Parts: sequence; C-alpha cells; structure tokens
Amino acid sequence: MTTANERITQELRQRARQLLESGQVAAFVGYTSGSMPMVMQPFVARTPEETDRLEWNSFCVLNLANYLPALLKSLEPPRRPGDPPPEGPLPKVGVVATGCWSRNMVVQIQENQVQRERLVIIGISSRGMVDRKKVLGLVGHADVTSVKEDDNSLLVKGPGLEQEINRWDVIRDNCACCVHPDPVIFDHMIGDLKGERKLGERFKQVEEIENMSVQARWEWFTSEIDSCIRCYACRNACPLCYCPTCFVDDSRPQWVGKSIEPVDTAIFHIIRAYHCAGRCTDCGSCESACPMGIRMRILTKKLQKDVLELYGTEAGMSLDTPLPLSTYKLDDPQDFVLTESLKGEKK
Amino acid sequence: MSDIAKKQAEWQPKIIAFLCNWCSYAGADLAGVSRYQYPPSLRIVRVPCSGRVSANMILDALRSGADGVLVSGCHPGDCHYISGNYYARRRFAVLKRFLEFVGIEPDRVNFSWISASEGEQFAEVATEVTERVKKLGPARHLVKEF
Repeated sequence: MTTANERITQELRQRARQLLESGQVAAFVGYTSGSMPMVMQPFVARTPEETDRLEWNSFCVLNLANYLPALLKSLEPPRRPGDPPPEGPLPKVGVVATGCWSRNMVVQIQENQVQRERLVIIGISSRGMVDRKKVLGLVGHADVTSVKEDDNSLLVKGPGLEQEINRWDVIRDNCACCVHPDPVIFDHMIGDLKGERKLGERFKQVEEIENMSVQARWEWFTSEIDSCIRCYACRNACPLCYCPTCFVDDSRPQWVGKSIEPVDTAIFHIIRAYHCAGRCTDCGSCESACPMGIRMRILTKKLQKDVLELYGTEAGMSLDTPLPLSTYKLDDPQDFVLTESLKGEKK
Repeated sequence: MSDIAKKQAEWQPKIIAFLCNWCSYAGADLAGVSRYQYPPSLRIVRVPCSGRVSANMILDALRSGADGVLVSGCHPGDCHYISGNYYARRRFAVLKRFLEFVGIEPDRVNFSWISASEGEQFAEVATEVTERVKKLGPARHLVKEF
C-alpha cells in the first residue's frame, strides 16, 4: 500500500524527468528533504537524474512561487542595462503548484514578475500541509528524529518518543480555512481537481479579534509581535515581496527603525502586511518561516477579508481579473470618508 | 475647573494633514482667505495628489508624534490626474480598517474630499478632526521616542 503522497512523489519525479529530458524546461522547482525531520527544502533540479531527489509530503510549506522571478532571470542570457531583449523563446522552468501557490503565480504574472509562457506548472490539489510547530507542541517539544507519514496520521519518533498523531489535528491554520485547494493555472495535473471547499467559518480567527475592543486589539497585536526578532524571514519567504529595496531597508527616508523597539516592530508588521493587501493568497509561507511562531498571517487574512467584503475579489483567482488595489470602480464604498459621513449626518 | 481639566481643554493636538495640491490645498487656502475660523492644530503637507499618499507616510506621521492624520483630496471624478483619488480611495478604505484592526483608534486617521471651492467645508473638517482627536487624547501607540 502506498500513501497518496508517495504516489504524488512518484508521478512528480516522472513528470519532471520527462520535462527535463525532452528539454522543455531548463530547471524544475520542487522540494527535497533537508537534514531535519518535518522541514522540507526547496530544490531546483537541473538534470533528469536530479529529479529522483524530488519529494512530496505534508511539510512542503514554503511557497515555490517565491523562487521563480530570480530563477527565470538567472536562466536568461546575460545582458547589460539598455541591451535589447534576447531573441527567441527563453528557457522555461517547471514548478509544482497547489491552489495558493498557483494563485501567487497569477499575481506575479499580472505584476510582470514572471511570464506565463515560461512556466510549466504541475498542479496538485492540496490536502493541506502540516504545521511543524503544532506537532512539536503535541510531543512537548521533545527531540524528533523521524516522522513517518500515513494518509491520515503521522508517526513521530525520537529518543524515548513514539507517538501517533492525527494529521488533521496539526494541519496549518491557513490550510484549515482554505477554500481554494485546486490550482487555478496548470499545464499538467497530478491527481484530480477537488473543487471549492465549503467552509462556514473561513475568517473565524479574524472575526474573533474584530469583536474585541480597540484597546484589547492593540494589546493582542503587540503581544503577538512581541517576540519578533526582525529577521525578516516572513518577508523573504513571501512571493509578493520582490521590491529591489524593501521599505525596511530604506534609509532616506527611514520609514522604520532597524532595532527591535516595539514601535518599529509594530510599524514593520503593519506595513509588511498592508503591502500584501489584495495580493496575498494566504499561503502561510510567512508564518511557517517565522522562527518565533508569530501568527502574522492573521494580519494578511484580515486584509483579504476586507478586500473581499469591499470589492468582491480575491487575489490571483484568474488572469483576467485585475488585482483589487490596482483597479477601481466609480461607486466604490466611501463611507469611511469624513466628508461623506458628515454629509450623511446632516441629512 | 481643576488644573488637569484645564490643561486638557487647552491641549491642542498636532495633526498632520496631507492635502492634494489641486483641490484640498486650494480649499485650505480659500478657508484662510475667507477668514473662516478653525483650530490651529493642522500641519499641512502639500502633495501632488491623494494617490501620492502611501501607508508609509501616514504611519511615519504617527511614528513622529502626530496625534492625528488627515488625508484630503479632490472629490471622486475631479482628480487632476483623472483617477488618482479612485485608487487612493480603495487603498485608504483598506488601510483605515486595517489600522483599526491592530488597535489604532478609528478617529486618529481621517480621510476627506474637499474641492478648491469648499473653504467653509475645509474649516468644518479641520474643526471636526481636531475635536475627534482631542477626545482621544495624545497618541501613544505608534509614537517613537527619539
């Protein structure tokens, strides 16, 4: 008996090998296991032989779309600024994509960071990924040396430790409230499309905080980001953060101080999240990359909720729908504007 | 009246106002020329368009010690650059809700549409914003002590 993930791994290797052997792609982006259990590392296969190292399991949490712009650029023939663009088709890249990652690729295509014709996307309908921190929490932060995965359970082993965990108890927060597990753009599918998930409490985490008082919300926010060490792992793991100079690195003007002073940390988290407004697909990469366990995903989830409420769109659902904050309608809601609400009061 | 209550009543908040060059800045000018009275709490920053104002600038104002922020531009449809304030409207709607979500009081950050002919409305908005910020008291949350 093989598990679903083992079958996907087999098919993935086969597909990637075919693509590389036939020369359709110059590189294939997937995952391979690293030196630690439950931590997968992104892996770029450049030869057919290397595809045997590709793996697929429940710990593929970093968003592969993040690596595409730089990888595509590295495959172009070198040229100086001002040189004409190279003639003929440029080398392509193969990549694995679940629902959220494929939506990030749509966003990148819309923002001219990657070109659709240079991607060969292998789609996988996501079953949801496992949160490593939740597993460690369940085993009391004991040493874990190996994790064996079955379709619905994890067997966690370590020195003096052998525990079976229900996979669905340790699923990532963003996967638990995900409604779009299917890739929106792909060239090949592994397995079937699952269709939209029906979920009543999609924004539960956000609503809980919205219902608090202003002061309580501020206290929640500051306590959540209290442990931030400003390593910028959340920013670096994010496929939306591709600015050549990030606002945190600007020194004239310096928008935000570089120390871990609470005010600067707060402003960093506010602006980082805000820059993802209308673009974030809730892939959870930021949260998974965070070494301190900060749940900064709730911030971007709130933005996602507001954009959906106000403008009825979600990022990356289709190549033809413009990103919500790069377009407008003449009758967009504007009751937040003071002069409009004063007008209402007078009437 | 006790000393503290007196001090509170006398306290003038510092409010940074980002005014678009084509409408609200001229509106503020008209308010002055027409001698409408409004509190001396605004510090005006002239910007080319309300679409120029980014979240960075609003937060930088708060970080630098502003008690409140007012961003004002042309009425939708009247933008000198055709659509700058339409884009701004979407961004500000999301930003305002987001700042409230992380615990910034709703009245700290304000937005308005004021045309070049609305001097009276400018004075009204300036008074209203000052009153709202006065009620909240000095800003504490995002102010950085240098």
